[in-house]
Amino acid sequence: MHAFAPDTAPGGDPAADSNRAPDDRLVAVAAGLEVPSELHDEVAGEQAVLEIRNFSLWYGSKQALHGITMPIPHSKVTALVGPSGCGKSTLLRSVNRLNDLVQSVRISGDMLLNGDPIYDRGTDVIELRKRMGMVFQKPNPFPMSIYENVVYALRIDGESNRGVLDEVCERSLRGAALWDEVKDRLADSALGLSGGQQQRLCIARAIAAEPEVLLLDEPCSALDPIATGKVEDLIQELRGRYSVLIVTHNMQQASRTSDYTAFMYLGRLIEYGPTTEIFTKPILRETEAYVTGRFG
Amino acid sequence: MTRHIQRQIEHLKEKILHVGTLVEEAISKAITALINRDIPLAQRVMASDDEIDRMEVEVEEECLKILALYQPVAADLRFVVAALKINNDLERMGDLAKNIAKRVSQLAKVEQIELPPEIRTMAMQAQEMVKQCLDAVINADPVLARQVREEDDAVDEARQKIRQRVLRGIQAGPENVESLLRINSVSKHIERLADMATNVAEDVIYMVEGDIVRHRMTD
Repeated sequence: MHAFAPDTAPGGDPAADSNRAPDDRLVAVAAGLEVPSELHDEVAGEQAVLEIRNFSLWYGSKQALHGITMPIPHSKVTALVGPSGCGKSTLLRSVNRLNDLVQSVRISGDMLLNGDPIYDRGTDVIELRKRMGMVFQKPNPFPMSIYENVVYALRIDGESNRGVLDEVCERSLRGAALWDEVKDRLADSALGLSGGQQQRLCIARAIAAEPEVLLLDEPCSALDPIATGKVEDLIQELRGRYSVLIVTHNMQQASRTSDYTAFMYLGRLIEYGPTTEIFTKPILRETEAYVTGRFG
Repeated sequence: MTRHIQRQIEHLKEKILHVGTLVEEAISKAITALINRDIPLAQRVMASDDEIDRMEVEVEEECLKILALYQPVAADLRFVVAALKINNDLERMGDLAKNIAKRVSQLAKVEQIELPPEIRTMAMQAQEMVKQCLDAVINADPVLARQVREEDDAVDEARQKIRQRVLRGIQAGPENVESLLRINSVSKHIERLADMATNVAEDVIYMVEGDIVRHRMTD
């Protein structure tokens, strides 16, 4: 903190810390102590598309997520931020049960997608994943045409009506702000697109299936600044139409693209609130220290 | 390792403090010149305003540079935004000191007009508020800033008393109207100084706590 900054962040309640040994929540977290998350009232006021309830996850004996409880608002962009290893990607991947593929993973708690339990014994993971779209760090277009990439999900679902496929292809590519750039070469290989175009194609492929939630795992980390700008513009466009959960290590990307920001540290949710609040006057000084780059 | 943005902010802070010192000095000298009818001192105050104007531009450029190059957030953002506004208010305080100094040269030539006793009192109060608001900036002290806000009422009251006195004076001796209007104008300038100090205090509260308390009587 610079000389002008107070010891406590604005709105922080020093009394709330008084019954814990270390004054600093992050020190407490590092010491393995229970630290309550600071959820802003605005978050609770939103209709949730996804509800994460007291969710914990272990890789073998190492606990990676500690009792995360957070609603993900409907039709809003929610960003997960935090230093490397804070569990933000693990949490994101847990939403569509990608961690099922990792041996030795154990979980407790639950997540609900529009009220349906994600981790229920009876949950069909394939059907569950159809209700979500996921975009990874590196663009992963399939080695086929642009057109086939976009309609892939419909094809494997058995859709063969050319009219339907054409319509979905155009709507999704327009939705991903890629239509104008590729409409004359839909039959070309997707692998010939630039990195930024490939990533927007992946987003088009994800939204083609009208997912209930779109999961973006550091979608710009492999892109140059111009392509990043286009993907960020696209995320802004998706706001209001899709519920987006994005993991980013780029603080400015979180502030530019999201409605809500959650700050995680060592597997715990520290503070979660409207992005404007987190980046102008967070409740906790620990959040302030992170967003101003004083640690992490 | 100190991050670059922190160094820039420290640098900005030093510059703001420098402007603050210049302004505080100008106000103090203008008031002394007023009370002692000291024309040479008043002239020095008028001359010193150029330096304040120059520094104001420098501070603003510094703020814009930090905003453009570092995109500060949270405490850093609040500091830079508060600095922009405080800088603006300090420059206007400098202008007010200059205006008071101008009136000194005019009033000093008219021997028979006594300054109303409230002028001295309100001048002292306003000066104290300026000093305190600058201390609040330096120490990021919202308690002191709130105290400054509360002190503004006393200055406003003194200003009203002087206005009444001036009106009565004009009725009693219309030949003194020009000098009395100058006294009225000086009291207006002093009242504005206190208002500016209040603005600065409110910016300090924003800077530290993130709440905009302006236009709110109680917070």
